[in-house]
Amino acid sequence: MATLKELTHREDRLAGGHRLCAGCGASIAVRQVLLGAGVEPVVVGCATGCLEVSTTIYPYSSWKTPFIHNAFENAAATVSGVESAFKALQRAGKIPADKKMKFVAFGGDGGTYDIGLQSLSGAMERGHDMVYVCYDNGAYMNTGIQRSSATPKGAWATTAQVGAAQQGKLQGRKDLTQIMAAHNIPYVAQASISHWKDLTTKAEKAFAVEGPAFLNVFAPCPRGWRLAYNKSVEISKIAVQTGFWPLYEVEDGVWRQTVKVHNRKPIEEFLKPQGRFKHLFKPENADLLAEIQSDVDRAWEQLQKRFETA
Amino acid sequence: MAKWDIETIGEWDWRQFPLGAVIPESGNSRDYVTGGWRSERPVRDKETCTQCLLCWISCPDSAIYVEDEQLPDESFNLAHCKGCGICANVCPVEAITMVPEGCDLPEVK
Repeated sequence: MATLKELTHREDRLAGGHRLCAGCGASIAVRQVLLGAGVEPVVVGCATGCLEVSTTIYPYSSWKTPFIHNAFENAAATVSGVESAFKALQRAGKIPADKKMKFVAFGGDGGTYDIGLQSLSGAMERGHDMVYVCYDNGAYMNTGIQRSSATPKGAWATTAQVGAAQQGKLQGRKDLTQIMAAHNIPYVAQASISHWKDLTTKAEKAFAVEGPAFLNVFAPCPRGWRLAYNKSVEISKIAVQTGFWPLYEVEDGVWRQTVKVHNRKPIEEFLKPQGRFKHLFKPENADLLAEIQSDVDRAWEQLQKRFETA
Repeated sequence: MAKWDIETIGEWDWRQFPLGAVIPESGNSRDYVTGGWRSERPVRDKETCTQCLLCWISCPDSAIYVEDEQLPDESFNLAHCKGCGICANVCPVEAITMVPEGCDLPEVK
Protein backbone atom coordinates (compact mmCIF):
# COMPACT_ATOMS: atom_id res chain seq x y z
CA MET A 1 0.00 0.00 0.00
CA ALA A 2 1.70 3.16 -1.23
CA THR A 3 1.24 6.66 0.14
CA LEU A 4 0.56 9.60 -2.19
CA LYS A 5 4.15 10.74 -1.86
CA GLU A 6 5.39 7.26 -2.80
CA LEU A 7 3.02 7.17 -5.77
CA THR A 8 4.56 10.38 -7.16
CA HIS A 9 7.75 8.40 -7.84
CA ARG A 10 5.89 6.13 -10.26
CA GLU A 11 5.38 7.10 -13.85
CA ASP A 12 2.06 8.71 -14.74
CA ARG A 13 1.26 6.46 -17.68
CA LEU A 14 -1.53 8.57 -19.14
CA ALA A 15 -0.23 11.78 -20.71
CA GLY A 16 -2.19 15.02 -20.77
CA GLY A 17 -3.40 16.48 -24.03
CA HIS A 18 -6.12 13.86 -24.44
CA ARG A 19 -9.52 15.18 -25.47
CA LEU A 20 -11.72 13.83 -22.69
CA CYS A 21 -14.08 16.51 -21.35
CA ALA A 22 -13.01 18.78 -18.51
CA GLY A 23 -13.68 16.98 -15.24
CA CYS A 24 -13.93 13.49 -16.79
CA GLY A 25 -13.91 10.66 -14.26
CA ALA A 26 -12.50 8.08 -16.68
CA SER A 27 -9.01 9.55 -16.94
CA ILE A 28 -8.82 9.95 -13.15
CA ALA A 29 -9.69 6.25 -12.87
CA VAL A 30 -7.03 5.27 -15.44
CA ARG A 31 -4.32 7.35 -13.76
CA GLN A 32 -5.05 5.86 -10.35
CA VAL A 33 -5.25 2.28 -11.68
CA LEU A 34 -1.96 2.57 -13.58
CA LEU A 35 -0.21 4.26 -10.64
CA GLY A 36 -1.36 1.32 -8.53
CA ALA A 37 0.01 -1.10 -11.13
CA GLY A 38 3.52 -0.36 -9.95
CA VAL A 39 6.64 -0.16 -12.08
CA GLU A 40 6.44 -3.26 -14.28
CA PRO A 41 5.68 -2.72 -17.97
CA VAL A 42 1.97 -2.76 -18.83
CA VAL A 43 0.18 -3.45 -22.11
CA VAL A 44 -3.14 -1.63 -22.38
CA GLY A 45 -6.15 -2.50 -24.49
CA CYS A 46 -9.34 -0.49 -24.75
CA ALA A 47 -12.88 -1.22 -25.76
CA THR A 48 -14.47 1.44 -27.92
CA GLY A 49 -15.70 4.28 -25.77
CA CYS A 50 -14.96 7.84 -24.67
CA LEU A 51 -11.65 6.79 -23.18
CA GLU A 52 -10.38 5.06 -26.31
CA VAL A 53 -11.68 7.70 -28.71
CA SER A 54 -10.33 10.67 -26.78
CA THR A 55 -6.92 9.29 -25.89
CA THR A 56 -5.95 8.05 -29.36
CA ILE A 57 -6.97 10.72 -31.84
CA TYR A 58 -4.57 10.18 -34.75
CA PRO A 59 -1.69 11.08 -34.87
CA TYR A 60 -1.60 11.40 -31.08
CA SER A 61 -1.69 8.84 -28.29
CA SER A 62 -1.91 9.64 -24.59
CA TRP A 63 -0.72 6.18 -23.58
CA LYS A 64 2.88 5.86 -22.47
CA THR A 65 2.43 2.11 -22.85
CA PRO A 66 1.91 -0.25 -25.77
CA PHE A 67 -1.74 0.17 -26.69
CA ILE A 68 -4.26 -1.79 -28.72
CA HIS A 69 -7.82 -0.89 -29.58
CA ASN A 70 -10.36 -3.35 -30.84
CA ALA A 71 -14.14 -3.15 -31.12
CA PHE A 72 -16.70 -2.41 -28.41
CA GLU A 73 -17.41 -6.08 -27.71
CA ASN A 74 -14.00 -7.67 -27.56
CA ALA A 75 -11.54 -5.72 -25.41
CA ALA A 76 -11.25 -8.65 -23.00
CA ALA A 77 -10.80 -11.18 -25.83
CA THR A 78 -8.16 -8.98 -27.47
CA VAL A 79 -6.10 -8.47 -24.34
CA SER A 80 -6.41 -12.15 -23.38
CA GLY A 81 -4.99 -12.91 -26.85
CA VAL A 82 -2.09 -10.53 -26.31
CA GLU A 83 -1.35 -12.22 -22.99
CA SER A 84 -1.45 -15.68 -24.63
CA ALA A 85 0.81 -14.52 -27.46
CA PHE A 86 3.31 -13.17 -24.95
CA LYS A 87 3.39 -16.51 -23.13
CA ALA A 88 3.70 -18.43 -26.41
CA LEU A 89 6.67 -16.27 -27.45
CA GLN A 90 8.25 -16.95 -24.08
CA ARG A 91 7.79 -20.71 -24.56
CA ALA A 92 9.35 -20.41 -28.02
CA GLY A 93 12.33 -18.65 -26.53
CA LYS A 94 11.71 -15.42 -28.43
CA ILE A 95 11.06 -13.42 -25.26
CA PRO A 96 13.19 -14.12 -22.17
CA ALA A 97 11.33 -16.47 -19.82
CA ASP A 98 11.91 -14.21 -16.82
CA LYS A 99 10.55 -11.06 -18.48
CA LYS A 100 7.56 -9.70 -16.57
CA MET A 101 4.67 -8.01 -18.32
CA LYS A 102 1.21 -6.96 -17.15
CA PHE A 103 -1.92 -6.83 -19.30
CA VAL A 104 -4.93 -4.63 -18.72
CA ALA A 105 -8.13 -3.89 -20.61
CA PHE A 106 -10.23 -0.79 -20.01
CA GLY A 107 -13.87 -0.53 -21.01
CA GLY A 108 -16.76 1.73 -20.13
CA ASP A 109 -20.01 0.38 -18.76
CA GLY A 110 -21.49 0.10 -22.26
CA GLY A 111 -18.53 -1.95 -23.45
CA THR A 112 -18.45 -4.02 -20.27
CA TYR A 113 -21.93 -4.46 -18.74
CA ASP A 114 -23.60 -4.76 -22.16
CA ILE A 115 -21.70 -5.30 -25.37
CA GLY A 116 -18.48 -6.87 -24.10
CA LEU A 117 -19.98 -9.04 -21.36
CA GLN A 118 -19.62 -12.41 -23.06
CA SER A 119 -16.03 -11.86 -24.18
CA LEU A 120 -15.18 -10.60 -20.68
CA SER A 121 -16.84 -13.63 -19.13
CA GLY A 122 -14.90 -15.91 -21.48
CA ALA A 123 -11.54 -14.27 -20.80
CA MET A 124 -12.08 -14.49 -17.04
CA GLU A 125 -13.21 -18.12 -17.25
CA ARG A 126 -10.16 -19.11 -19.32
CA GLY A 127 -7.96 -17.82 -16.52
CA HIS A 128 -5.75 -15.38 -18.42
CA ASP A 129 -3.27 -13.43 -16.34
CA MET A 130 -4.88 -10.05 -16.98
CA VAL A 131 -6.79 -7.24 -15.32
CA TYR A 132 -10.07 -5.91 -16.69
CA VAL A 133 -11.09 -2.45 -15.53
CA CYS A 134 -14.58 -1.12 -16.11
CA TYR A 135 -14.93 2.64 -15.68
CA ASP A 136 -18.59 2.94 -14.88
CA ASN A 137 -20.25 6.23 -15.77
CA GLY A 138 -23.67 4.70 -16.18
CA ALA A 139 -24.54 5.31 -19.85
CA TYR A 140 -23.20 5.35 -23.41
CA MET A 141 -21.67 8.81 -23.05
CA ASN A 142 -19.51 8.63 -26.18
CA THR A 143 -22.45 8.16 -28.54
CA GLY A 144 -24.76 10.61 -26.77
CA ILE A 145 -25.92 9.48 -23.32
CA GLN A 146 -27.99 6.43 -24.25
CA ARG A 147 -29.04 4.26 -21.32
CA SER A 148 -26.99 1.14 -20.54
CA SER A 149 -27.61 -1.68 -18.08
CA ALA A 150 -25.48 0.34 -15.64
CA THR A 151 -27.77 3.40 -15.79
CA PRO A 152 -29.52 3.84 -12.43
CA LYS A 153 -33.28 3.62 -12.09
CA GLY A 154 -35.01 6.95 -12.68
CA ALA A 155 -32.07 8.52 -14.51
CA TRP A 156 -32.77 10.51 -17.64
CA ALA A 157 -30.92 9.35 -20.77
CA THR A 158 -31.55 10.13 -24.42
CA THR A 159 -33.14 6.69 -24.74
CA ALA A 160 -34.83 6.83 -21.33
CA GLN A 161 -36.81 10.02 -21.58
CA VAL A 162 -38.81 11.91 -19.01
CA GLY A 163 -42.41 12.61 -20.02
CA ALA A 164 -45.97 11.35 -19.87
CA ALA A 165 -45.06 7.71 -20.46
CA GLN A 166 -42.10 7.33 -18.11
CA GLN A 167 -39.84 9.18 -15.69
CA GLY A 168 -36.36 8.24 -16.87
CA LYS A 169 -35.04 4.67 -16.88
CA LEU A 170 -37.60 2.19 -15.62
CA GLN A 171 -35.24 -0.61 -14.69
CA GLY A 172 -32.58 -0.90 -11.99
CA ARG A 173 -28.86 -1.46 -12.52
CA LYS A 174 -27.24 -4.76 -13.28
CA ASP A 175 -24.80 -5.72 -10.52
CA LEU A 176 -21.77 -6.49 -12.66
CA THR A 177 -19.27 -6.71 -9.81
CA GLN A 178 -21.22 -9.59 -8.28
CA ILE A 179 -21.54 -11.26 -11.69
CA MET A 180 -17.75 -11.14 -11.99
CA ALA A 181 -17.35 -12.46 -8.43
CA ALA A 182 -19.51 -15.41 -9.47
CA HIS A 183 -16.75 -16.35 -11.94
CA ASN A 184 -14.68 -17.40 -8.90
CA ILE A 185 -11.60 -15.59 -10.18
CA PRO A 186 -8.80 -14.67 -7.76
CA TYR A 187 -9.66 -10.98 -7.40
CA VAL A 188 -12.73 -8.80 -7.93
CA ALA A 189 -13.22 -5.33 -6.49
CA GLN A 190 -15.40 -2.28 -6.67
CA ALA A 191 -13.68 1.10 -6.25
CA SER A 192 -14.24 4.83 -6.65
CA ILE A 193 -12.06 7.70 -7.89
CA SER A 194 -12.87 9.58 -4.68
CA HIS A 195 -11.02 7.00 -2.56
CA TRP A 196 -7.58 7.01 -4.18
CA LYS A 197 -5.92 4.89 -1.53
CA ASP A 198 -8.57 2.21 -1.69
CA LEU A 199 -8.46 2.27 -5.51
CA THR A 200 -4.68 2.20 -5.93
CA THR A 201 -4.42 -0.60 -3.35
CA LYS A 202 -7.04 -2.62 -5.20
CA ALA A 203 -5.23 -2.02 -8.49
CA GLU A 204 -1.98 -3.15 -6.87
CA LYS A 205 -3.65 -6.38 -5.73
CA ALA A 206 -5.36 -6.92 -9.10
CA PHE A 207 -2.05 -6.64 -10.98
CA ALA A 208 -0.21 -8.78 -8.43
CA VAL A 209 -2.47 -11.85 -8.61
CA GLU A 210 -1.69 -14.70 -10.96
CA GLY A 211 -4.74 -15.05 -13.15
CA PRO A 212 -7.70 -12.84 -13.98
CA ALA A 213 -8.79 -9.85 -11.92
CA PHE A 214 -11.67 -7.45 -12.36
CA LEU A 215 -12.08 -3.88 -11.10
CA ASN A 216 -15.28 -1.88 -11.36
CA VAL A 217 -14.46 1.81 -10.89
CA PHE A 218 -17.03 4.54 -10.32
CA ALA A 219 -16.14 7.30 -12.79
CA PRO A 220 -18.63 10.17 -13.14
CA CYS A 221 -19.44 11.90 -16.43
CA PRO A 222 -20.23 15.59 -15.79
CA ARG A 223 -21.66 15.94 -19.31
CA GLY A 224 -24.05 12.99 -19.15
CA TRP A 225 -24.98 13.43 -15.52
CA ARG A 226 -25.70 17.15 -15.97
CA LEU A 227 -23.25 17.83 -13.18
CA ALA A 228 -20.79 20.68 -12.63
CA TYR A 229 -17.32 19.90 -14.06
CA ASN A 230 -15.60 20.30 -10.71
CA LYS A 231 -17.88 17.84 -8.87
CA SER A 232 -16.75 14.47 -10.30
CA VAL A 233 -14.69 13.47 -7.30
CA GLU A 234 -17.13 14.97 -4.79
CA ILE A 235 -20.14 13.10 -6.22
CA SER A 236 -18.15 9.83 -6.18
CA LYS A 237 -17.56 10.30 -2.48
CA ILE A 238 -21.26 10.90 -1.93
CA ALA A 239 -22.05 7.74 -3.94
CA VAL A 240 -19.95 5.80 -1.44
CA GLN A 241 -21.41 7.57 1.59
CA THR A 242 -25.02 6.94 0.51
CA GLY A 243 -24.35 3.26 -0.11
CA PHE A 244 -25.13 3.64 -3.81
CA TRP A 245 -21.58 2.44 -4.62
CA PRO A 246 -20.24 0.20 -1.84
CA LEU A 247 -16.47 -0.29 -1.80
CA TYR A 248 -15.51 -3.92 -1.38
CA GLU A 249 -13.32 -6.70 -2.69
CA VAL A 250 -13.63 -10.43 -3.19
CA GLU A 251 -10.23 -12.04 -2.76
CA ASP A 252 -10.07 -15.80 -3.31
CA GLY A 253 -13.76 -16.05 -2.50
CA VAL A 254 -13.59 -13.96 0.67
CA TRP A 255 -15.85 -10.88 0.57
CA ARG A 256 -14.55 -7.87 2.47
CA GLN A 257 -15.87 -4.33 2.78
CA THR A 258 -12.85 -2.08 2.36
CA VAL A 259 -14.48 1.24 3.28
CA LYS A 260 -17.03 1.07 6.07
CA VAL A 261 -20.02 3.44 6.04
CA HIS A 262 -21.60 3.68 9.47
CA ASN A 263 -24.35 6.22 8.86
CA ARG A 264 -25.41 6.06 5.27
CA LYS A 265 -26.57 9.38 3.89
CA PRO A 266 -29.99 9.54 2.19
CA ILE A 267 -29.82 8.80 -1.54
CA GLU A 268 -31.20 12.30 -2.28
CA GLU A 269 -27.75 13.71 -1.58
CA PHE A 270 -26.39 11.69 -4.49
CA LEU A 271 -29.32 12.42 -6.82
CA LYS A 272 -29.89 16.11 -6.13
CA PRO A 273 -26.73 17.64 -7.66
CA GLN A 274 -27.29 15.73 -10.92
CA GLY A 275 -29.55 17.19 -13.60
CA ARG A 276 -30.34 13.70 -14.92
CA PHE A 277 -32.36 13.09 -11.74
CA LYS A 278 -34.05 16.48 -11.39
CA HIS A 279 -37.54 15.20 -12.31
CA LEU A 280 -37.40 12.86 -9.32
CA PHE A 281 -37.82 15.85 -7.03
CA LYS A 282 -41.23 16.80 -8.38
CA PRO A 283 -43.97 16.05 -5.82
CA GLU A 284 -45.62 13.48 -8.12
CA ASN A 285 -42.43 11.40 -8.17
CA ALA A 286 -42.15 11.04 -4.40
CA ASP A 287 -43.01 7.34 -4.63
CA LEU A 288 -40.28 6.71 -7.21
CA LEU A 289 -37.77 8.49 -5.00
CA ALA A 290 -38.79 6.33 -2.05
CA GLU A 291 -38.49 3.23 -4.27
CA ILE A 292 -34.94 4.20 -5.25
CA GLN A 293 -34.00 4.59 -1.58
CA SER A 294 -35.48 1.20 -0.71
CA ASP A 295 -33.64 -0.41 -3.66
CA VAL A 296 -30.34 0.97 -2.33
CA ASP A 297 -31.22 -0.22 1.20
CA ARG A 298 -32.07 -3.71 0.02
CA ALA A 299 -28.92 -4.08 -2.09
CA TRP A 300 -26.84 -2.79 0.82
CA GLU A 301 -28.35 -5.27 3.30
CA GLN A 302 -27.89 -8.17 0.90
CA LEU A 303 -24.26 -7.24 0.36
CA GLN A 304 -23.59 -6.93 4.11
CA LYS A 305 -24.58 -10.59 4.51
CA ARG A 306 -21.79 -11.62 2.15
CA PHE A 307 -19.01 -9.90 4.04
CA GLU A 308 -16.85 -11.95 6.36
CA THR A 309 -17.26 -10.69 9.89
CA ALA A 310 -13.82 -9.66 11.05
CA MET B 1 11.32 6.35 -27.24
CA ALA B 2 12.34 8.20 -30.36
CA LYS B 3 10.40 11.27 -31.28
CA TRP B 4 7.99 10.74 -34.17
CA ASP B 5 8.29 13.88 -36.24
CA ILE B 6 4.81 14.86 -37.41
CA GLU B 7 5.55 18.52 -38.05
CA THR B 8 4.70 18.21 -41.75
CA ILE B 9 2.05 15.47 -41.50
CA GLY B 10 -0.45 17.65 -43.38
CA GLU B 11 1.70 17.39 -46.49
CA TRP B 12 2.51 13.68 -46.25
CA ASP B 13 2.00 11.30 -49.13
CA TRP B 14 0.06 8.12 -48.13
CA ARG B 15 3.34 6.15 -48.28
CA GLN B 16 4.75 8.19 -45.42
CA PHE B 17 2.10 7.05 -42.93
CA PRO B 18 3.00 3.98 -40.84
CA LEU B 19 0.95 0.90 -41.76
CA GLY B 20 -2.14 0.09 -39.74
CA ALA B 21 -2.57 3.62 -38.37
CA VAL B 22 0.12 2.80 -35.81
CA ILE B 23 1.26 5.72 -33.68
CA PRO B 24 5.00 4.95 -33.24
CA GLU B 25 5.58 7.31 -30.31
CA SER B 26 3.83 6.65 -27.01
CA GLY B 27 2.34 9.50 -25.03
CA ASN B 28 2.83 12.11 -27.79
CA SER B 29 -0.46 13.82 -26.92
CA ARG B 30 1.73 15.77 -24.50
CA ASP B 31 2.43 17.94 -27.54
CA TYR B 32 -1.25 18.66 -28.07
CA VAL B 33 -2.56 21.80 -26.37
CA THR B 34 -5.96 21.54 -24.66
CA GLY B 35 -5.38 24.60 -22.48
CA GLY B 36 -7.48 26.68 -24.85
CA TRP B 37 -10.63 24.91 -23.58
CA ARG B 38 -10.21 26.64 -20.25
CA SER B 39 -12.39 29.50 -19.09
CA GLU B 40 -10.99 29.47 -15.55
CA ARG B 41 -7.45 28.89 -14.40
CA PRO B 42 -6.31 27.36 -11.08
CA VAL B 43 -4.12 29.51 -8.85
CA ARG B 44 -2.44 27.97 -5.81
CA ASP B 45 -1.63 29.87 -2.66
CA LYS B 46 1.75 28.49 -1.60
CA GLU B 47 1.36 29.65 2.00
CA THR B 48 -1.94 27.86 2.56
CA CYS B 49 -1.06 24.69 0.62
CA THR B 50 -0.08 21.76 2.84
CA GLN B 51 1.38 19.67 -0.02
CA CYS B 52 -1.15 16.89 0.60
CA LEU B 53 -1.17 16.11 -3.16
CA LEU B 54 -4.90 15.35 -3.32
CA CYS B 55 -5.14 17.69 -6.32
CA TRP B 56 -2.44 15.72 -8.10
CA ILE B 57 -4.12 12.32 -7.67
CA SER B 58 -7.51 13.78 -8.69
CA CYS B 59 -6.50 15.65 -11.85
CA PRO B 60 -8.14 14.18 -14.99
CA ASP B 61 -5.59 15.83 -17.28
CA SER B 62 -2.31 14.82 -15.62
CA ALA B 63 -1.72 18.58 -15.50
CA ILE B 64 -0.29 19.03 -12.01
CA TYR B 65 3.48 18.90 -11.68
CA VAL B 66 5.17 17.15 -8.78
CA GLU B 67 8.91 17.36 -8.10
CA ASP B 68 10.51 15.61 -5.13
CA GLU B 69 7.08 14.77 -3.68
CA GLN B 70 6.03 18.44 -3.76
CA LEU B 71 4.11 20.80 -5.99
CA PRO B 72 6.68 23.23 -7.42
CA ASP B 73 5.99 26.98 -7.61
CA GLU B 74 4.77 26.53 -11.17
CA SER B 75 2.26 23.87 -10.20
CA PHE B 76 0.00 23.57 -13.23
CA ASN B 77 0.66 22.50 -16.79
CA LEU B 78 -1.47 25.16 -18.44
CA ALA B 79 -0.97 23.62 -21.87
CA HIS B 80 -3.12 20.66 -20.73
CA CYS B 81 -5.29 22.02 -17.89
CA LYS B 82 -8.91 22.33 -19.08
CA GLY B 83 -9.94 24.36 -16.04
CA CYS B 84 -12.39 21.79 -14.64
CA GLY B 85 -11.69 22.98 -11.09
CA ILE B 86 -11.57 19.52 -9.49
CA CYS B 87 -8.23 20.48 -7.87
CA ALA B 88 -9.83 23.48 -6.17
CA ASN B 89 -12.86 21.40 -5.19
CA VAL B 90 -10.88 18.57 -3.54
CA CYS B 91 -8.39 20.85 -1.77
CA PRO B 92 -9.04 20.41 1.96
CA VAL B 93 -7.57 23.82 2.89
CA GLU B 94 -8.93 25.87 -0.04
CA ALA B 95 -5.47 26.76 -1.25
CA ILE B 96 -6.53 26.64 -4.91
CA THR B 97 -8.88 29.21 -6.42
CA MET B 98 -10.22 29.34 -9.95
CA VAL B 99 -9.78 32.73 -11.63
CA PRO B 100 -11.19 33.87 -14.98
CA GLU B 101 -8.87 33.03 -17.87
CA GLY B 102 -7.53 35.69 -20.19
CA CYS B 103 -6.42 35.19 -23.76
CA ASP B 104 -2.79 36.06 -23.14
CA LEU B 105 -1.33 32.58 -22.95
CA PRO B 106 1.23 32.07 -25.68
CA GLU B 107 0.75 28.30 -25.87
CA VAL B 108 -3.01 28.57 -26.45
CA LYS B 109 -3.87 28.67 -30.11
